[in-house]
Amino acid sequence: SITGACRAIQKLTRVRVVDNSTLGNTPYHRPPKCIHVYNKTGVGKVGDTILLAIKGEKKKALIVGHKMPAAPMTPRFDSNNVVLIEDNGNPTGTRIKTPIPYILRRKEGEFSKVLAIARNFV
Amino acid sequence: FNFFFFSAGSILAVTTADPYANEKTNRFVGICIQRGGKGLGATFVLRNVIEDQGIEICYELYSPRIQAIEVLKLEKRLDDNLMYLRDALPEYSTFDVNMKPVSRLDHEEIPVNKLQVRMKPKPWSKRWERPKYNIKGIKFELPEKKMKEAQKWSQPWLEFDMLREYDTSKIEEKIWKEVSEELKK
Repeated sequence: SITGACRAIQKLTRVRVVDNSTLGNTPYHRPPKCIHVYNKTGVGKVGDTILLAIKGEKKKALIVGHKMPAAPMTPRFDSNNVVLIEDNGNPTGTRIKTPIPYILRRKEGEFSKVLAIARNFV
Repeated sequence: FNFFFFSAGSILAVTTADPYANEKTNRFVGICIQRGGKGLGATFVLRNVIEDQGIEICYELYSPRIQAIEVLKLEKRLDDNLMYLRDALPEYSTFDVNMKPVSRLDHEEIPVNKLQVRMKPKPWSKRWERPKYNIKGIKFELPEKKMKEAQKWSQPWLEFDMLREYDTSKIEEKIWKEVSEELKK
């Protein structure tokens, strides 16, 4: 039996990696799970960094969309989306097909490279 | 007259002012799944599936950030609340972003789309087969046993319950006054 999809991202939520990196797209018998949220509260929203456990490795990631309803006028996605990131903030993949919310542009300085590889915005 | 009106099930295109978007405007096309709130806080939720990702945005009708709302297709569905589209096959929520507005004459009634939507396999986010949601727009492909079991939660007395509409506030006030007088003695 599986628990229902988690609405906002916290420890042990299964996430969906959205970019075209090899680590995110190669199939593995366990789905990628969040093991730590870099936040005062343990709840991750759009724009927070989290630690992911993928294929037995630890990897940092950026949350780009979650199932929890956020502020009005902001999009709510049907799956918890995540983009793999290095320690210095560079994205691992080269393209992001799924739409990214415009709110991420608030922290342009840290995530400018992630926004540069994103194709669609919502 | 050109009354601006839309209901759940009509396809809208909303352009909002966004400080973070290039060209400062953001256009979203989607089907309205529910309208909630009253007065200035009235909201409507638009749903669309873009690049295999389902997206819902809750817009506030009277927010000054909204620059334009175009009704691309005005129609009604069999229900007011189309939240079950989240558990339906994604083809029922995909709408072309560059859709042309469908023209309609002013005096015609709003067309009702009697589409029966097919669902993904269970589990769903809510048990839509239960009579409390009273959904007519789904083509349930569940076995008869499950449908009968769902009818266990029906409340047929609800529509005949008169005490729901009866105003009991004055009687309650009288009783409360009596009781408080007794307590003071």
